[in-house]
Amino acid sequence: MAEATPRLRISREKDVHVVEFVQNRILDELNISEIGLELTNLLAGRDRPRLLLDFSAVDHLSSAALGMLINVNNKVREQNGQLRLAQIKPPILEVFQITKLNRLFRICATRAEAMASF
Amino acid sequence: MAAGHPPASSRMAGSSRRRPGPGRLHFEIPTDCRESRKAQFRVLNELVRRGYSNDSLFAIRLAMEEALVNAMKHGNHFDPAKKIIIDARIGPRSARIAVEDQGAGFDRRHVGDPTRAINLCKLHGRGIFLIKAYMDQARWTQGGRRVTMTKANA
Repeated sequence: MAEATPRLRISREKDVHVVEFVQNRILDELNISEIGLELTNLLAGRDRPRLLLDFSAVDHLSSAALGMLINVNNKVREQNGQLRLAQIKPPILEVFQITKLNRLFRICATRAEAMASF
Repeated sequence: MAAGHPPASSRMAGSSRRRPGPGRLHFEIPTDCRESRKAQFRVLNELVRRGYSNDSLFAIRLAMEEALVNAMKHGNHFDPAKKIIIDARIGPRSARIAVEDQGAGFDRRHVGDPTRAINLCKLHGRGIFLIKAYMDQARWTQGGRRVTMTKANA
């Protein structure tokens, strides 16, 4: 069953936590730190967590959002887990490419592709 | 939603003293995220009204966000007593947006390249890079306290 928060929709598919961003903008500092906290809490105490972030709804993000995602990625790695980013719209994907963060993150075109890659 | 329509009666400080011409928007706001959001909304609204392309809108929105966060955070250190000036001149073919804070300024030579492998995992340091990447021109003056960014409507 999906758990809804104002910012994230979290569900579980097999042993993967699937997190959808609800808002179309990941911009405000406060918003970003709340999202970061929710994701960190989700990972807390889990060994080898598998996390899939679904960007379907996201039209805008900022460097602060990228920082938050890197932090989540660092935590997943510390816990020997795996992180996938999926369903990223072309303009947002370009931000990842320009910043070369597409080399840091494992980005999948679709959720199905991401699920199959774990 | 963080940025809603500002109330019709809301006026930016300073706007009453200046009479901006067509396509000119001038705001003097306190260091406040909500005020920053309102000003951004006004500028973006004007760009939409003038038929700017989605690509240009995306770039300007991103650059303005980064410039304003830098001004509030690194410039004014979130001191609400300090002001931020936003001056936008929006023509039919290009837009020029300046953001100025009241901080100590900074030396851009000390800002590293965030795309270097050694910096990829760093949580900060991409704002200026994104401004330069997405705008046609970005110039820092007044010791780094003011950034003036230009983008063509393409």
